[in-house]
Amino acid sequence: MSSTAHIVIDRVSHEYRPARRRPVLALDDVSLAVGDREFLALLGPSGCGKSTLLYLVGGFLPVEEGTIQVEGRPVDGPGPDRGIVFQHFALFPWKTVIQNVLYGLEKKGLPREERLRVAHEFIELVGLAGFEDSYPAQLSGGMKQRAAIARTLTIDPSILLMDEPFGALDAQTRSLMQAELLRIWQRSRKTVIFVTHDVHEAVFLAERIAVMSARPGRIKEIVDARVDRHDPEVQRTPQFLEMVDHVWNLVRAEAIQAQRSGAA
Amino acid sequence: MNAVAQILPRYVPLLLLAMAWEVVTRTGLVPTAALPPLDTVAAAWLDLAVGGDLWSNGVASISRGAAGLGLAICLGSLIGVLMAWYKPVRIAVNPTVQFFYPMPKSALIPVMVLWLGFGDASKVATIFIGCLLPITLSAFNGALGTEQVLIWSARSLGASRWRVLWEVVFPSALPELLSGIRTALALSFVLLVASELIVARRGLGYMIGWLGDGGAYDAMFAVVLTVALLGFLADRLYLMLTRRILAWRE
Repeated sequence: MSSTAHIVIDRVSHEYRPARRRPVLALDDVSLAVGDREFLALLGPSGCGKSTLLYLVGGFLPVEEGTIQVEGRPVDGPGPDRGIVFQHFALFPWKTVIQNVLYGLEKKGLPREERLRVAHEFIELVGLAGFEDSYPAQLSGGMKQRAAIARTLTIDPSILLMDEPFGALDAQTRSLMQAELLRIWQRSRKTVIFVTHDVHEAVFLAERIAVMSARPGRIKEIVDARVDRHDPEVQRTPQFLEMVDHVWNLVRAEAIQAQRSGAA
Repeated sequence: MNAVAQILPRYVPLLLLAMAWEVVTRTGLVPTAALPPLDTVAAAWLDLAVGGDLWSNGVASISRGAAGLGLAICLGSLIGVLMAWYKPVRIAVNPTVQFFYPMPKSALIPVMVLWLGFGDASKVATIFIGCLLPITLSAFNGALGTEQVLIWSARSLGASRWRVLWEVVFPSALPELLSGIRTALALSFVLLVASELIVARRGLGYMIGWLGDGGAYDAMFAVVLTVALLGFLADRLYLMLTRRILAWRE
């Protein structure tokens, strides 16, 4: 973790109040600091509130208890400094790939030529050249997620919030996309919060892993997971597998509890 | 040419029905006073077309229908989307929409005549109000179904709340809205002919009433068939347009 904190989450609790049902405490007194240009994974069983925490940082949900600060300023609504990538891609289905990727650039008020240049650059970066005029419905899951990542990267956010971005992809596509994401991250060096319930994925991608408990979500432990990602065979090294084992043991108890309480 | 060759066979049953019509009337199975033979109907249609009556009244009807439906589309889409987006609008408008939705819209005809007279205004208003409700409700339901993550994506990409309404909520509502408009299109024909039948000085509905009262049944059937054909063509054309607009759904 770098010396300066980019995101500071301080004693945040969050309650869901569904209509005509008892309120549910999703997050309970969560504190966490994410360093500048750090890649942090939020790992936990289904329903532990990890996505809720991400949405609070994104400004999509109001912070009602505690504070969240980004670059020293409290979060107040969504903003282009925090780009988000969702599990189910969230592409505008009525727009083609290029129109989707151009969306954020149009909001920045760049001249048309410049917008097109940047859009093509990012479409190239995620490997979607040749599919500019396809509609999302014509693309595979992996391609949709590439398009969504390109769309988010165009606005050059300093923070990338990723909500189980590869959770809806098949195993092969997922591992390709993980390597791709690392490549992009190493080039653009953004602060990343990556939500996942996949231990292997967390260990492979993240510098630190915040393991969350079952509902109500708390930070159970923060694990330093530095592995040599430049080594293409790293996922087979004993060091890597030991790390997976260690983290898995932390998550296991929580996953079992989540299943018992019917959250999973 | 190829497309025509593909579509024509689909309408063979219609052709058989026309032949059956001709046969039952020519053989005297059905008295010609109740159902004139199809060829005399065709001849009457030609007379009306050549004489110009069909055109002038047709244009009157179509412009009334288009004006009423057009207004309902503009206002209904707007109200429906705003109802979904702003709770105060929903609270204010929803009870009225729910109350009047099941009402038979033809009951409006005498009221509109009372308020707006015998001319175009009362017909346009009847069609407008009748079509407004199904369009409003479909826009409302479609907009309610907007995916939260699309709104969030747009907001984080820098779109204002107003921009999101126009650029995300409205297109999300479009598939349902377009099917609501199709219902309204059919309803507009019902209300058009009904309102012209009751009181009017022009229009296809007026012609049907006037020809029927005068005993010119072959001509009356000719106008009835014209209305049916217009309705059919409008619906087909609308479906083609819908497919165009929703091409992204694949």
